[in-house]
Amino acid sequence: MKVEPGDFVDVERVEKVVKKKRAKFPEKLIYEIAEAAERRDLSDDELDELVKEIKKAYQRAKVEQGEAVGTVAAQSVGEPGTQMTMRTFHYAGVAELNVTLGLPRLIEIVDARKKISTPTMAIYFEEDYGADEEFVRTIANRIGKIILSDVLADFSVNYASMSITVEIDEDKIKDKRLDHDEIIGKIEKAFKKVEIDKNVLSFEPTISESKHAIRELRLLADKVRDLQISGVKNIGKVVIRKEGTEWAIHTEGSNLGAVLKMEGVDKVRTTTNDIHEVEKVLGIEAARNSIIHEAQSTMEEQGLTVDVRHIMLVADMMTSDGIVKSIGRHGISGEKASVLARASFEETGKHLLRASIRGEIDHLTGIIENIIVGQPIPLGTGSVGVVMKDKKIGGRK
Amino acid sequence: MKGILKKVSQINFGLMSPENIRKMSVTKIVTPDTYDEDGYPIEGGLMDPRLGVIDPGLRCRSCGSKGGDCQGHFGHINLARPVIHVGFADTIHKILRSTCKECGKVLLTESEKLDYKNRIELRLENGVTITPVIKEIYNVARRDKCPHCETEQEDVKIDKPVSIVEGNYKLTASEVRERLENIPEDDYMYIGVNPEVARPEWMVLTVLPVPPVTVRPSITLETGERSEDDLTHKLVDILRINQRLKENMEAGAPQLIVEDLWELLQYHVTTYFDNEASGVPPARHRSGRPLKTLAQRLKGKEGRFRSNLSGKRVNFSARTVISPDPNISINEVGVPEMIAREVTVPIRVTEWNMEKMKEYIMNGPNKHPGANYVIRPDARKIRVYDETKDAIVEKLEPGFVVERHLIDGDVVLFNRQPSLHRMSMMAHEVKVLPYKTFRLNLCVCPPYNADFDGDEMNMHIFQTEESRAEAKSLMRVQEHILSPRFGGPIIGGIHDHISGAYLLTRLGSEFSEEDVFQMVKRARMPLPKSKGRDWTGKEIFSLLLPKDLNMVYKAEICRKCDECLKQECKNDAYVVIENGELKTGAIDEKAYGAFSGKILDSIVKEYGTDAARQFLDSSTKLAIYGIMKRGFTTSTADEEIPQEAKDRIEELLENAERKVENLIAAYHNEELEALPGRSLRETLEMKVMQVLGESRDKSGEIAESYFGMDNHAVIMALTGARGSMLNLTQIAACVGQQSVRGGRIERGYSKRTLPHFHEGELGAKASGFVHSSYKKGLDPIEFFFHAMGGREGLVDTAIRTAQSGYMQRRLVNALQDLNVKADGTVRDNRGIVVQTRYGEDGIDPAKSDYGKVADIDRMIDEMRIKSKAK
Repeated sequence: MKVEPGDFVDVERVEKVVKKKRAKFPEKLIYEIAEAAERRDLSDDELDELVKEIKKAYQRAKVEQGEAVGTVAAQSVGEPGTQMTMRTFHYAGVAELNVTLGLPRLIEIVDARKKISTPTMAIYFEEDYGADEEFVRTIANRIGKIILSDVLADFSVNYASMSITVEIDEDKIKDKRLDHDEIIGKIEKAFKKVEIDKNVLSFEPTISESKHAIRELRLLADKVRDLQISGVKNIGKVVIRKEGTEWAIHTEGSNLGAVLKMEGVDKVRTTTNDIHEVEKVLGIEAARNSIIHEAQSTMEEQGLTVDVRHIMLVADMMTSDGIVKSIGRHGISGEKASVLARASFEETGKHLLRASIRGEIDHLTGIIENIIVGQPIPLGTGSVGVVMKDKKIGGRK
Repeated sequence: MKGILKKVSQINFGLMSPENIRKMSVTKIVTPDTYDEDGYPIEGGLMDPRLGVIDPGLRCRSCGSKGGDCQGHFGHINLARPVIHVGFADTIHKILRSTCKECGKVLLTESEKLDYKNRIELRLENGVTITPVIKEIYNVARRDKCPHCETEQEDVKIDKPVSIVEGNYKLTASEVRERLENIPEDDYMYIGVNPEVARPEWMVLTVLPVPPVTVRPSITLETGERSEDDLTHKLVDILRINQRLKENMEAGAPQLIVEDLWELLQYHVTTYFDNEASGVPPARHRSGRPLKTLAQRLKGKEGRFRSNLSGKRVNFSARTVISPDPNISINEVGVPEMIAREVTVPIRVTEWNMEKMKEYIMNGPNKHPGANYVIRPDARKIRVYDETKDAIVEKLEPGFVVERHLIDGDVVLFNRQPSLHRMSMMAHEVKVLPYKTFRLNLCVCPPYNADFDGDEMNMHIFQTEESRAEAKSLMRVQEHILSPRFGGPIIGGIHDHISGAYLLTRLGSEFSEEDVFQMVKRARMPLPKSKGRDWTGKEIFSLLLPKDLNMVYKAEICRKCDECLKQECKNDAYVVIENGELKTGAIDEKAYGAFSGKILDSIVKEYGTDAARQFLDSSTKLAIYGIMKRGFTTSTADEEIPQEAKDRIEELLENAERKVENLIAAYHNEELEALPGRSLRETLEMKVMQVLGESRDKSGEIAESYFGMDNHAVIMALTGARGSMLNLTQIAACVGQQSVRGGRIERGYSKRTLPHFHEGELGAKASGFVHSSYKKGLDPIEFFFHAMGGREGLVDTAIRTAQSGYMQRRLVNALQDLNVKADGTVRDNRGIVVQTRYGEDGIDPAKSDYGKVADIDRMIDEMRIKSKAK
């Protein structure tokens, strides 16, 4: 029954009626009306009537001038915080990956942390590739971190001959869709003392002091085992999952820039939950959308409904200067114009002392400043004055 | 009302020059003593009478006003040797590092200077902070050689808190001051000093302002002993050392002694400004408590800014325990008479209310609708006593203000902390009631998040007409039925309102006409026409619905069957309202409960808040009387299941535990296959959790199948009134797995949870699976694990409240200046546009339909019904 966004909807018809009724609707609303008109098969008269009604409703629902939308948004985002879980780890859809959720994640978002605790990506593919499991698996193995021990059939440390012998498992290499020669190349590059006999490799440690020979052998063993033979930087584990008809990759760790460059990756739907990375790769507008999306999905996952407009306002405030700024003393609150506002938030002494040598002037345009000096605040009913017409006073006399 | 006559338009910050300090000082303070033997303040002492008076009755020697009116006057101390101001030590260090030791110029080349000058001026013009540029200069201007006079520079270091070391030589404060004096005024800009209000050398003190006594009042203890303020103590220390230093210097004492004393003076001045500066042992009171000096007075949650300037103590407020009263309206609050007699409302006497005011005064301060004070036009406030009331009444004239008691209908502000959202402070109408608690309607519990286990709430009384008018139109409870968070109702029926309405309206519930009229009458609804037969509950509830209300929705009791039978629903969960008549479906949480009430929601949106208030008041009352007609109670008997069910559950759980044993055996034999990306142990944990979780759910299902809708506990759980099916099945069937940190319990002794188990035991019981039901009772091991899980929950809540509280404070602080301007943009106080249109469409979520302008489908439905009627 629902009309999908891509389907043809006669928006123009509604636009005409809206123009006739001298109303100005946001695009989204017009689309919604058009969609409803199509679905419910409205006649022209009915559409006229509907637009008239919606115009009334729209007038009624508009924000009023002076409304303290900031405070309302902050409260609406903050208040549900008390109802959220603290448990950091939850299993979200993909049982194999851990994702930070709940209050810690929300705090992470508003803090605009540079290093988030569980970066993760959702990689989708373009139409032609999405259904091709083989292709997706190959890409997944190119992205995910694979270490040498993942493709070994045998691993032994020989203390007698002071060497390490490993055997590469061809089947595992095939299963992981890797290239044999490429691996050998990487091994040769990483270790100097290595003898390669087709699939059997033996390593020898460079022994500087005979006292620590055994220790060095063991260290080498770890090094051999953990040698990364494939994968994108900063990305660890990958999980492949079938979503509907297509295959998608979920990762632990994130590197949007590198992944977007890969062949077949859908540049539109592929995302990361690292806001700073989005900013770096796609720009500030994308970062803003990323904040909105991340915050809202965190709320939704906890079963809390918060209107998007509130989250939008938070995101817009965080990104309005062109860079992602955090909510708090290192970001927005620390850059306020008013000395008193900054001093009453955090680091009181620092702000007052600095203001004095800089000769700062507080123009008292904000909320706290006016509360501090005991004046009405410039918001809501305090943002307007009353003007009385002279004539009336004269008339009364 | 006292209009706002004066307006502070700006506050300028700057440094005080020594001349300024001396100029504003009324006296030089020299003696470290405060009072003489007779208890009189010593002149030239720290309590010098010229510094102002605190005792009422005395007159100030400087300004002549009486105690209380005199705000105090500063004095000053001439320091024998200059001393560095702690707060500026870091800045001084950076300035010295960036300037030449010889010529005093900033260590920047001319081209750099020009570049920075432009950048700084641009920033100043735009009102942006220059701090980042200054920080950059501090870094760049750290040169080995002066670009102007070619002098080699030595590295200047800071030894916290105030010692400045150049190379290996520690600069004295005098030397530091000389260096700072040497900096040419043209260079001030680059070191972040504004030459109009500050000079760098003023950061080194030569004279110390002494705050007036009003800032540091001494308190007289009951024993008659005087106790001085922390600041006074500190000033005494400074004076004493200053005196000794001066004497020693004059006597030509050895350099070493002078330097020691100088250092000591520096210490005292440092701790006088900030007693928590890093690197200095805090100065302590005799009792060992650290002194609270200037910085500590301002800082933090209990500091001047947050505790006295951003939030203030008020008069005309009251606080007491709250208790419920289903008989008052949601708009009302029951105020104990005792409080009503104490807090007052100022009423201006006019010729039209003269009689009424006289009546109030004649009642006096102790009889309820009385008056406590009368304010004469000359602003004198006269207390009304029973003895004086006659005299006052006689003198009463228009223009007087009478502070009368709180009476029914007054608008007051009601609040419960923590005030997390705007619905935590709403305006109520007063209803004066006996006893000593505030009474509130149960529907307003959700927005305040209040219950009656001892909660207390605050009430504030508006003192001006303007505030009353504003409160009445913007803050009244009925204006807040819809939450701005999601555009749905946040005020609505709870608990018995919901089970009551369900019992009233469920299938087959019928009442004799006599009963119906009784209920309707008690709910204070208009009496309906007699039907001459028994009424169904749906007919009674329909009386409350607006006559043109049409809606269809699925009730909370809906079991989400695979195929919806719609009107024929066995559970009566398909609600159909046609023209204000409840055709099918039972009323429950989805109808008018807080957070989810659909009927309530559409009444607010379509018929306005007045209608919604009326609907809520009457429907909850009707539900209460409905439930009273029938009777409603619950006990453990409600969770009783037959032996047969118990046997089935027992078998099921045993099966599950066997399965777990098998899994563990498989794990030990390494037959278990690991999930991709998980270790064997993790896989086992996940599988075990899954098996046990399923078995608990299944045991719940078995128990549930024995519960019917005649069971009161089940009614409460399914209608959404209170509790959940999970609660019931835990009581009746099986409690289930206890968890700590999201997994099974594995802590305790080494390799085992309790000494009752073998080392490395992984079985269900050993890791906190509670097999028993609450009703059967937990065995000691289960009880212990249950307590572990319970404790984690408690700790979790405690940490969460702290964390989310801080997040909210930061959010509010960052966003509070944003508001919608006349042109529809959202801007902050600097005028920076944050959104060109609020929320991209200019819709207020509080007035929207769950975030949308309107429910278009409903509009179309209505339109069609209307046109059909035509």
